[in-house]
Amino acid sequence: MTDMKAQQAIAKPDIMRSTQDDIQLTEAGELKHFLTIEGLKKERLIEILDTAESFAGVNDKAAKKVPLLRGKTVANLFFENSTRTRTTFELAAKRLSADVLNINVNVSAVTKGETLLDTLRNLQAMQCDMFVVRHSSSGAAHFIASHVEPHISVINAGDGQHSHPTQAMLDMFAIRRNKGDFSQLKVVIVGDILHSRVARSQIHALNILGTGNITAVGPKTLLPQQMRELGVHVRHDLDGALVGADVVIGLRLQKERMRSALLSTEDEYYRSFGLTERRMRLAKPDAIVMHPGPTNRGVEIEASVADGPQSIILEQVTGGIAVRMAIMSIAMGNIEKSLAANSAVQS
Amino acid sequence: MTLLEKINPAGVENMIRQMAESLKLQLGSDYQSAKMLGIKTGGVLVAQQLHEALKLEEEAGELNISFYRDDFSRIGLHPQVGASKIPFSIEGEIIILVDDVLYSGRTIRAAMNEIFDYGRPEKILLATLVDRTGRELPINADVIGRSMDLPQSHQVKLRDDMSLEISQR
Repeated sequence: MTDMKAQQAIAKPDIMRSTQDDIQLTEAGELKHFLTIEGLKKERLIEILDTAESFAGVNDKAAKKVPLLRGKTVANLFFENSTRTRTTFELAAKRLSADVLNINVNVSAVTKGETLLDTLRNLQAMQCDMFVVRHSSSGAAHFIASHVEPHISVINAGDGQHSHPTQAMLDMFAIRRNKGDFSQLKVVIVGDILHSRVARSQIHALNILGTGNITAVGPKTLLPQQMRELGVHVRHDLDGALVGADVVIGLRLQKERMRSALLSTEDEYYRSFGLTERRMRLAKPDAIVMHPGPTNRGVEIEASVADGPQSIILEQVTGGIAVRMAIMSIAMGNIEKSLAANSAVQS
Repeated sequence: MTLLEKINPAGVENMIRQMAESLKLQLGSDYQSAKMLGIKTGGVLVAQQLHEALKLEEEAGELNISFYRDDFSRIGLHPQVGASKIPFSIEGEIIILVDDVLYSGRTIRAAMNEIFDYGRPEKILLATLVDRTGRELPINADVIGRSMDLPQSHQVKLRDDMSLEISQR
């Protein structure tokens, strides 16, 4: 990739931010959609983490449900394949007592914006209350949120290379549970930072929560110097970066990067950037290892690290349900609240 | 807000001691095997003292009822006070449900719904420090520290230091 192309890729979220105008907040500054972490206040993130902490107890009950979203219909709109994210969103909605529609939109059948709006209007006609959207185009969730009726909340479950805010929040939840205070932490994120919406959202969240040191590591083709603008240290040697790390986050290596000649071979990547047991000894002895999944063992992470005592990969998945319950109920509650306030003014 | 009356912590402790005696009478000789649940946050404070006075076998639990409230559609999600902590099984147990102020009865309705999501208790007794008039649901307490007939404009609040304040808006 040329530097110019890389620059464009980085600049994309900024362009979107300028058109965004905090569409995800109510007039009172509270979340009604959850589209991106960028630009949110620290208190909004803390609210999500604290609420998720309360929801974590729901999993211990005989009846793993609370009645908050009873009578609401949540539509999982997945324009891009996903198993883990869709399943945990579905479980989260069901544990909030909502009815859930899973819609796997055949991407080839969807041409452009018109069809997307048509799909939306149909779902609105079916009286859905919340859309959980995953789409391969950056900005798709934002586009949908700007076109839905005011009683509908939109949650971004990953849009292109832009953002994956619920994944980032569940990662913050796992970090806070294991490490507590963010300000003293050294967090290392390794992999294809340039194309990763997960990494981008994680970096925004870590910055907002006041993380002391965020270091991004990867090959030069996948981590250009301009990534510094996101507020991270940029390094290309994993061994050096790992020294003194408290949290180590591996990203999934997407095979298509190899085809597009941004990377040489899996073996070479593993030799330079694989999270191995030997390398992990460079980090602090109590460092935790995270990964958004699914893991490519032997490509970005050694199996004994992914399954080892420092790994909290499965804890991330469990926490993801509580975090998504928190986000859905906060957003839906704020919409209900603003609608009730408006109807009170009118009557 | 004008403060009308203040009951100091010693006075509140007295009320709780009387509640404990009344609970012993109602529960009979094996009262110490009953399980106690305080509703967050005021009910937890009362439950701590009540638990101490009764010397129950099992430690008291805490109930966060904010996910069961009936005003979600009007005011959204309440600020969080932490997860419910129930360190015992509900199934087949006698539960002493404790709150600081019983007013509309809606909190107790929510609390009972939550309890049943953990299991089927044999019996639930309701103990409240203050029972004020103004019920909106058919719910009554079994054990009361003090009854109060107050107009709607009044507010009753149990402070963290265990003093009880009655004030007017």
